[in-house]
Amino acid sequence: MTLAGTWRLRHQRYQLQGEICEKCGSLIFPPRDVCPECEAPAKTPYTFSGRGEVYSYTTVYHPPAGFEEDAPYTVALVRLEEGPMVTAQLTDVDADQVEIGMPVEMVTRRISAEGEEGVITYGYKFRPVLRRARE
Amino acid sequence: MSEAEVLRPDRPVGIVGYGAYVPRYRLPAAEVARVWSGGQGRTPITEKSVPGLDEDTVTIALEAARNALARAGSVDLAQIRAVWVGSESHPYAVKPTSTIVAEAIGATPATQAGDWEFACKAGTEAFQAAVGFVGSGMARYALAIGADTAQARPGDALDYTAAAGGAAYLLGPADESLAVIEGSFSYVTDTPDFWRRAYQHYPSHGGRFTGQPAYFHHITHAARGLMEAMGTRPEDYAYAVFHQPNVKFPRTVARRLGFTPEQIAPGLLVDRIGNTYAASSLIGLTAVLDQARPGDRILLVSFGSGAGSDAISLRVTEAIEERRDRAPYTEDYIARRKPIDYATYVRQRRLLMMK
Repeated sequence: MTLAGTWRLRHQRYQLQGEICEKCGSLIFPPRDVCPECEAPAKTPYTFSGRGEVYSYTTVYHPPAGFEEDAPYTVALVRLEEGPMVTAQLTDVDADQVEIGMPVEMVTRRISAEGEEGVITYGYKFRPVLRRARE
Repeated sequence: MSEAEVLRPDRPVGIVGYGAYVPRYRLPAAEVARVWSGGQGRTPITEKSVPGLDEDTVTIALEAARNALARAGSVDLAQIRAVWVGSESHPYAVKPTSTIVAEAIGATPATQAGDWEFACKAGTEAFQAAVGFVGSGMARYALAIGADTAQARPGDALDYTAAAGGAAYLLGPADESLAVIEGSFSYVTDTPDFWRRAYQHYPSHGGRFTGQPAYFHHITHAARGLMEAMGTRPEDYAYAVFHQPNVKFPRTVARRLGFTPEQIAPGLLVDRIGNTYAASSLIGLTAVLDQARPGDRILLVSFGSGAGSDAISLRVTEAIEERRDRAPYTEDYIARRKPIDYATYVRQRRLLMMK
C-alpha cells in the first residue's frame, strides 16, 4: 500500500467509518460513494458500532508477503450488526476458540509495517466481545 | 510549606471520563526465573501483561481513550483541544503517537497533539498539563493518556516486571466531572536512576540505587508536600495509589507515609499485571474509580526515571455511579488472561532476529 493510499483509508480503517445512502438509507462499508442498493450518490460518513458476529472464518498458516510474522492467524467474514459484511483478522483469540456466530467487537490494531523503516499501518480487527463482570 | 504551593487551576477541573486497557497475555515471573536464574530466588510479582503481536503504545492508548470517552458520554469531540500521550515506548522515534490516537477517536483537526516523556511519570505529566489547559479556559476538554509496552533487557531485574497497559483521562469542567481535582504538587530533581540513550534497545537503571534516593525520596516528598500544603492527612483519603514497579515498594512507601494496606489494595495491580510504566499509577487509579463512592478522596502519586513524582488529590462526585458501567472495568481486562511461556514472550516482543 502506498503512503497516499494508507492515508486516504485512515478513517475507514481506524474507526470503521463507511457511508449512509441519504436516498434509501442503506449503510455502506467499505465506503464507495455510490449506493450499491439504489445507485444514488452516497457520500455521507457513517461510523459503524463495531459490533457483529463471525459469519465464517479460516486460519492462515501460509501468509502472504508482509504478514509472515503474524502467522498463524484467523481471518473472518464478520457480519456487522448494521448489516454489511467485513473481511478482517481476528485477534486476542486462539484459532480453536472461533465459532460461526461468535459475537465480536472491533478493535484498532497494527495491520502491517513497511519493514523496520516504513510507516506502520493501523486498522480494524475483531476480537471476542470482552466479558464484563456486570452484565 | 504553604497552601500557596498547591498547584490549582483558575477554574475547577475534574475527570469527565476515564478508561483502562490491559493486553490479554501474561508472562508468569516464574517463567523468567526458570530461564534466567535456574528457577531460584524470589520474584517481584506474580505475572506481567504482555502485548500481542499487533499491539503497541498507539493501540493500547487508543482503547483506553475509547473507554474514557464512553464513560464521558456525549461530549462534543471537537471540544477536545488536546490529546497528549505519555510513554517511554512510542512506536516511532519521530512521529507522534498522539496524532494517530486523535485521528482515530475523531478529535482532529482542531486539537493539540503531543507525546510526553518522563519514563513512568510521562502519563501524569500529560495529566497535569491537561488540568492546566482546561483550568486556564483554553480548552473545554483535554485527553491525557499514559501507555506503554515497556522494554527490558532479557534476564535483567526489569524483565520480570516490564509490562504493557494504558490509562486515559478526559479532563474537563469540574461540574461535569466524576472526580474533581483538589490540587496537585510536583517534586523533581536530577537523579540519574533510569535512562535509555539514543539507538539503544533497552533502558539502563541504577539497580540498588533505585530505592532510597530515587523512588522513596521523590514519592515521599511529593505526597507529604501536597498533604502538608492542603492540610490533609492519610486518614482523610479512602484510597491511595502509588507508582508500582513491584509489590514491595508501594507497600513500603504507603506504610512510611501512614497509609494502611486497605487504602492501597484496590489500586495495587502490579502483582497481576506488572509495571505498566507510564500507565502504572494511572491504571491503578482506574481500578480505584471502578469501586469508589461519591465523596471519597483519593491520593495519586506517580514516579518516573528516578527523578520525580506528581502527587494529585481527587474527590469523587455523584456522577461516578452512572458513568463507571459505560466501559469495561479494569478488573475485566485483568480477568481476561492467557499465560504464555518465555519462548512465546520472546516472539511476541519481537526479540528474535528474523533477517
